[in-house]
Amino acid sequence: MFMTLILLLDSTLRVATPLVLAAMAGLCSERGGVVDIGLEGKMLGAAFVSATVASMTGSPWLGLLTGIAASILLALVHGFASITHNGNQVVSGMAINIVVAGLAPTIGNAIFHMNGDTPALSNAARFTAIELPGAAALKSVPVLGPIYSELLSGHNLLTYLAFVLVPLISWMLYKTRFGLRLRAVGENPEAVDTAGISVQWLRYRAVMIAGVLCGFAGASLSTALGASFIRDMTAGKGYLALAAMIFGKWRPRTTLLACLLFAFTDAVQARLQGVSLPVVGEIPVQFIIMLPYVMTVFLLAGFVGRVVAPKADGEPYVKEH
Amino acid sequence: MRHDGKHAASPAGGGPPPAVELVGLNKSFGPVRANQDVCITVQPGTVHGIVGENGAGKSTMMAMLYGFYKADSGSIRINGETVSIGSPSDAIELGIGMVHQHFMLVEPFTVLENVILGVEGGGLIGTSLRRARKELKRLADEYGLDVDPDARIRDLPVGLQQRVEILKALYRGAQTLILDEPTGVLTPQEADHLFRILDTLRAQGKTVILITHKLREIMAITDNVSVMRCGTMVAHRATAETSQEELAELMVGRTVLLRVDKQPASPGECVVSVNDVTLVDDTGRKRLDNVNFSICKGEILGIAGVSGNGQSELLEVLSGITPVKDGRITFKGHDIVAPGLRANPQELRRQGVGHVAEDRHRMGMIMDFSAAENTILGYHCDPEINGPLLMDLDRVDKRCAGYMERFDVRPPLPHLAASGFSGGNQQKIVLAREMEHDPDLLLVGQPTRGVDIGAIEFIHKRLIAMRDAGKAVLLVSVELDEILSLADRILVMFDGRIVGEVSAEEATEQQLGLMMAGIDAEPEVRA
Repeated sequence: MFMTLILLLDSTLRVATPLVLAAMAGLCSERGGVVDIGLEGKMLGAAFVSATVASMTGSPWLGLLTGIAASILLALVHGFASITHNGNQVVSGMAINIVVAGLAPTIGNAIFHMNGDTPALSNAARFTAIELPGAAALKSVPVLGPIYSELLSGHNLLTYLAFVLVPLISWMLYKTRFGLRLRAVGENPEAVDTAGISVQWLRYRAVMIAGVLCGFAGASLSTALGASFIRDMTAGKGYLALAAMIFGKWRPRTTLLACLLFAFTDAVQARLQGVSLPVVGEIPVQFIIMLPYVMTVFLLAGFVGRVVAPKADGEPYVKEH
Repeated sequence: MRHDGKHAASPAGGGPPPAVELVGLNKSFGPVRANQDVCITVQPGTVHGIVGENGAGKSTMMAMLYGFYKADSGSIRINGETVSIGSPSDAIELGIGMVHQHFMLVEPFTVLENVILGVEGGGLIGTSLRRARKELKRLADEYGLDVDPDARIRDLPVGLQQRVEILKALYRGAQTLILDEPTGVLTPQEADHLFRILDTLRAQGKTVILITHKLREIMAITDNVSVMRCGTMVAHRATAETSQEELAELMVGRTVLLRVDKQPASPGECVVSVNDVTLVDDTGRKRLDNVNFSICKGEILGIAGVSGNGQSELLEVLSGITPVKDGRITFKGHDIVAPGLRANPQELRRQGVGHVAEDRHRMGMIMDFSAAENTILGYHCDPEINGPLLMDLDRVDKRCAGYMERFDVRPPLPHLAASGFSGGNQQKIVLAREMEHDPDLLLVGQPTRGVDIGAIEFIHKRLIAMRDAGKAVLLVSVELDEILSLADRILVMFDGRIVGEVSAEEATEQQLGLMMAGIDAEPEVRA
């Protein structure tokens, strides 16, 4: 039972990696007042570019860098539409999702002729598990041993990065000048403008940060957790991240907890597939796969309570006269 | 920002150069000439008033001084030096601070965080917060501007929020402070306090530019006053040498009656009575707390209060927009609002409850609709304009043209979109819609908000005429002058409660002000 729990939590951390990164991306963008429904598309784009470049060059690092670049590019498209031209942010984000979902497999097919997927990466071209020091030695220690060597050790670099980033982003938001201005521009851009700060440049920086984080998230999907790009491999994780961010009330720590909760249901879901439960017997796999999404709906509908979004979230800033 | 080093001709007498000098400023928005050859000279260490109706160009002029807009032509001189102000940060650097009509504060932030925003100093905010805390204490001592630096803006009353705005400007080293309609949201006592602060600022050598449409304030606090009309500067006066009447005339371009002419009311039988109405909002706060009153035929009942103390909710309950769980309202002998009764504004309109909503942009009109379409909102099921299947749009237009003639709406074009009319004319369209349906009870919220003086006079006359025709009128206004000059009886609301009733003859601004601030001031105690 104890080991089952450890293994469940272990896979929770793995599943949570892209969620946490994408949710932090959404958080940075939305605290700055730009709604980012294009997390999904940016992640998918980065996943594709990372896997493609990694498979061509054999370097996961080059894959990661180019994936981030692709994601930033998409973020800039979003910024250009919604910040420079005051376009509707949901439409622009959605457009990115749709374009990438079609474009990535098309290009993939042209290069690899594998029906839109990319070839499987060798371990050298992936971010593989990192053994923390002493993990093997401590394995036999009761209770603490498995927690350290099974749960905490043996994840890939991007998973560790995701969890380190949360306190960093929190620090950035609440302790730095940039964070103060970012939060201000998401609440009242006019106040920022009259204080002599450029609203547009601040918001561009916010969406670019979101681009970088989505780049990490995408790379983690195709070159760390998985070993190739597969069509639609994000499978709604971008939207789930958005839900986690809302559930976490746009705050880094609570958003992290929300991501972990979603990831945990996902891990449970994976474990329940094909398992015969008492009384009900075996539950059809389709129902089990629904679990995280059903929970999202229920949590957002019922349990969150009053959620107050940043006041200017989604509002283009247009000077009045 | 660029100083070209050219000095203005030094003023006669060799005294200090003017703090601010605008010379021949022009600014157009498309075909609209918002400012034409505007010139103004503000002497240092004075309070300089700028009056003018809505749309006269006051705000545009100040927006150019504060770097929000670039002038099409003309020049700006600060302390005698010609400068180019391309952005608010240029203005801040030149020692110009601005307190906007709508506060530029970040609501979830603390006072300190708001004060340092934009002038943080380093990359981390810890040290600047500490520095600001010390500086705020100094400013508080020097100018009497006390605010808790750790309070969150959203928890502060508007009077204190405004103080934070002033502190923000002073923290940035402002020598010249522009205040845009600063007293619109304040109680008379808060306004007095603000004027004392302005006095102190003047005494310390700061220059204050006060934009307002309240002539009384101009007379009370300013040294000099400039009058704007239709984008031009029409007069400059020393305050001591002018009068409210003269200023009003200059603003409007013709003689206006500041006092409303009216005969004593002769109230008849009771039309509407509100009994024990309590309204609790989603967050559990009591918006209306055990409200009781009645209005008779032929009287205007005024509701005074600082905005946000339940007046809006009261109007929404009375007009049937918000249902209530506690209490009942009886209109012409039967319940119109009661627990379990489904509120229905359209049905109430049919029974004779007219409603001029407080915020015409949000509730009273649809800005993209034509004037004619706006005149049927809420009365769109009227059989007079409906055929068996289709609406008789010609009839709607014709009726609207009639309204426009009787209410002097300019331009009289039924097909013009509502947004194409000035504030005063929009309000006349709304009033025409409600009054022409001959209601027995007329609910009026902020009838002259954003309305020019000429239209105010007209609207006030129409409201008195309604009363004299034997209708019951409920007037909600945050303008005490308006309440005092129109109402026959005055109720004061504070925090959802009716905190007092006074007859209009006995009421004084002082006494109402105290009641509006929630300080108990029964007439007999104050007398």
